[in-house]
Amino acid sequence: MTGAGPTDLAAPGARPSAALDIARDVRSGSVSAADVVDRYLGAIDEIDGELHAFVTVLHDGARREAESVDLKVAAGGDPGPLAGVPVALKDNMCTRGVPTTCSSRILDGWCPPYDATVVQRLRAAGAIVIGKTNLDEFAMGSSTENSAFGPTRNPHDPARVPGGSSGGSAAAVAAGLAPLALGSDTGGSIRQPAALCGVVGMKPTYGTVSRYGLVAFASSLDQIGPLTTTVTESAVLFDVIGGQDPMDSTCLERPVPRTVSALADGVEGLRVGLVSELVDGVDGAVEARVREAAETLAGAGANVEEFSIPEFRHGLPAYYIVAPAEASSNLSRYDGVRYGLRVDAETAESMNAATRAAGFGAEVKRRIMLGTYALSAGYYDAYYGQAQKVRTLIIDALAVAYQRFDVLLGATTPTTAFAIGAKVDDPWAMYLSDVCTVPSNLAGHPAISIPFGPDDSGLPVGVQVLAPALGEPVMFQVAAVLELGAPVLGPPRVHAR
Amino acid sequence: MTADSKSDRSSDKAAWEPVIGLEVHCELNTKTKLFCGCRNAFGDEPNTNVCPVCLGLPGSLPVLNIRAVEYAMRIGLALHCEIRPSIFHRKNYFYPDMPKDYQVSQYDAPINVNGWLELPDDSRVRIERAHMEEDTGKTSHIGGGGRIHDADHSLVDYNRAGVPLVEIVSAPDMRSSTQARLYASELRGILVATGASDGRMEEGSMRVDANVSVRPAGTFELGTRCEIKNLNSLRSLGRAIEYEIERQIGLVGAGDKVVQQTRHWNEDEGVTVALRSKEEAFDYRYFPEPDLVPVVPDASWQAEVAASIGPMPAERRDKLAGLLGPEPVSRARADQIATVVEHGLDGLVTAAAGAGVDAALALARTSNEASADPDAARRIEVASFVALLRMEQDGKLSATQSKTVLAEMLENGGDPAEIARRRGFEALDTGSLATVVAEVVAAHPDEWQRYVGGEDKLVGFFTGHVMRASNNRADGKAVAAELRRLRG
Repeated sequence: MTGAGPTDLAAPGARPSAALDIARDVRSGSVSAADVVDRYLGAIDEIDGELHAFVTVLHDGARREAESVDLKVAAGGDPGPLAGVPVALKDNMCTRGVPTTCSSRILDGWCPPYDATVVQRLRAAGAIVIGKTNLDEFAMGSSTENSAFGPTRNPHDPARVPGGSSGGSAAAVAAGLAPLALGSDTGGSIRQPAALCGVVGMKPTYGTVSRYGLVAFASSLDQIGPLTTTVTESAVLFDVIGGQDPMDSTCLERPVPRTVSALADGVEGLRVGLVSELVDGVDGAVEARVREAAETLAGAGANVEEFSIPEFRHGLPAYYIVAPAEASSNLSRYDGVRYGLRVDAETAESMNAATRAAGFGAEVKRRIMLGTYALSAGYYDAYYGQAQKVRTLIIDALAVAYQRFDVLLGATTPTTAFAIGAKVDDPWAMYLSDVCTVPSNLAGHPAISIPFGPDDSGLPVGVQVLAPALGEPVMFQVAAVLELGAPVLGPPRVHAR
Repeated sequence: MTADSKSDRSSDKAAWEPVIGLEVHCELNTKTKLFCGCRNAFGDEPNTNVCPVCLGLPGSLPVLNIRAVEYAMRIGLALHCEIRPSIFHRKNYFYPDMPKDYQVSQYDAPINVNGWLELPDDSRVRIERAHMEEDTGKTSHIGGGGRIHDADHSLVDYNRAGVPLVEIVSAPDMRSSTQARLYASELRGILVATGASDGRMEEGSMRVDANVSVRPAGTFELGTRCEIKNLNSLRSLGRAIEYEIERQIGLVGAGDKVVQQTRHWNEDEGVTVALRSKEEAFDYRYFPEPDLVPVVPDASWQAEVAASIGPMPAERRDKLAGLLGPEPVSRARADQIATVVEHGLDGLVTAAAGAGVDAALALARTSNEASADPDAARRIEVASFVALLRMEQDGKLSATQSKTVLAEMLENGGDPAEIARRRGFEALDTGSLATVVAEVVAAHPDEWQRYVGGEDKLVGFFTGHVMRASNNRADGKAVAAELRRLRG
């Protein structure tokens, strides 16, 4: 993207955006990228000891990149729409020569020889990779407690989880340690931590953002997306990272819709379906906020109607077959032969087993076993085959829903942030955190979580807008209205000065 | 089976019918690998043709090589297959030479199905499928006996990882090792003719596994089969199948059962050895490869590919046979034709015949002399080859001289007339030949009387003397004719 400066992109009356302010000032030369980077590095050094949002902080690399942005500005070149804006990357995206761990011991110390496509696109837009953020090992989890390097804490309450698996990225943005971050969303891993940390988290349509260089968890569900403070930033970042990539065969060939231009369009006359399955049964405080959000949209001129999609109830079980099945295959390559951890043993087989026993954490092992079982001869039809049928049912049900509605609305998570340790010993309780988010992954559709006020304890609540495939413009359109109408959420307890 | 019939079925070979099906893997000779831009080359320095994709590095994704799909379609079309929309699956198993610990292959939706291959003996072998998949790397076991069990350590070369393969699976339609060899050889010819593969068994660009079972002659139910691996030449394919047929007949003839197994052919000892049985077989946990999209070749693409393939060996053999005349060709001529087509030298014969050279002569020189060095023969200038045969046909060169000139042309190229001149070759004219023959006959009266008395084999004796007396300038056939004329 060239030409128009980022300030032109913000909707009138939109919330203040650190990222867009930085880009404006760096582009105009009134602020140097080097100063911006130093400010954020300083904040990370000061408070990330408490949060542990980052696994790796790129002190030197970020300063080098900042210098090259400043040089470009000085030379009168176009430094890109995100010039000088620090971005935090979930540590499952490959960065050349920089450790990419997936928060797993099995990849501890591995430095990829290549950059993920999204990293190349960020750089081309002038953004600066400031660090790699913590996650549940291989993105498997909903609390970032499954990290081999220790949990990340929620900036709103450090005794609580930030959600997961992109918990590090969500916490970093919430605490002001990075204006923008990327996460990956396989079953809710961007939206759920965004909701729990009070930031905007968006999962794009499957195939709009290249997965090349994203370490695979479940290939048919994984999608990279933005975690930001505002809806406008989310749209700007999506426009920067999206688009066809010859390195990813599952990228859609048709052009990805530009979203920023849709932000100010309002919701007058839009048809909004409030999904019963994404409201009923969630915590009372969360439900109250979602209904309030529906009122907000109705007040802004949308036609809101409650609508049931019973097939959503089968989403979670189907997801917990498909995702582990694909993961069991994707994670086979960590065998100690070529890279990462190797535990030596007498034979190749025993070396392989010893390496995987030592290198993977409990949740990863659990999912590899689940997935291996689901794909086994004699069980394939009953599990993987059946789950794929459920997937088709959900896609069909959504197709019916989108004949009546432009977007769907619901909760992002059944609860607000829970205490660290509360669910680690109860996998099923933990899995339930994803109940509202998995349908969009199974369908390959876009969805966004927007902070919508606090619950009774002052913890952030997220509401979710779902749209059909390539419906990002209308999704952002609705999200922008919700953002403007959202009840005020207090600042996080832990935040950069 | 009754007790009586069981006792009838001894180890007598005739009481049992072998049933053979072959699985042939061939490497496609695309410039690049199946899912990345790395060079597809044999014999380079280990681990030089590798990248994040073919090393299966975390985060990397496959992108299908369209040229490989075209080559697979060429093979399918040449084997009269139906080309179908296809998808890739992952075949999951751990092995150090497999970078992702799964192989991307086609499983229940292969690109080519339901074809057939007609063998030179006029039998037809059905082709069940010919699907695409990626090759693995190559492991060398260092130290000990060089086998995985006793090696000190192992080295893996990933240059071959991701090289495109097509696996051609025949129906169990073959009934003898001879027929299996014929099939492998004919298939090899087809692979080469399509331009999709080198078909070199010794370099491993064509690898054959044989499924062998036996059943009581005259029955239809298939017996329990064994799959034989490590067949590196047509010869070992034939030997291994022979051995396996006898082994299985020995078992069932003695009332034992064949256990479904994968067996390894030990070339040195001439035996097959069990690798693993069905119970130990891997569960590959196939599922659709989510990183790739379906391949759906439309009609116009198929037509384009079909138009890009030349005639197959059978058609080319028929064409050469047609040049020899309307009568059925002899066994010896058929062998010559097969050799010429196998080496892709039929162009020499058709060009010579087209220029008025006797087709039998052109075929003989191409199959005997030119085929001795097929690579050189493919480089030879067709016009020079035709000119040489003309000189021989017109009697300007004897057969022996012509062969000598051709040998030099194969080695160094050059103009045949020039070579003949330099070597002082000039065939004897008819008058001089008659003089030399008469002198030789006069010098050996006893032998001449015996020849006249009916001892035909003495033609060789006289020809030898004429050759020596004429410094090899005489043509053997012409000498024989002159001798016959003198005898009256």
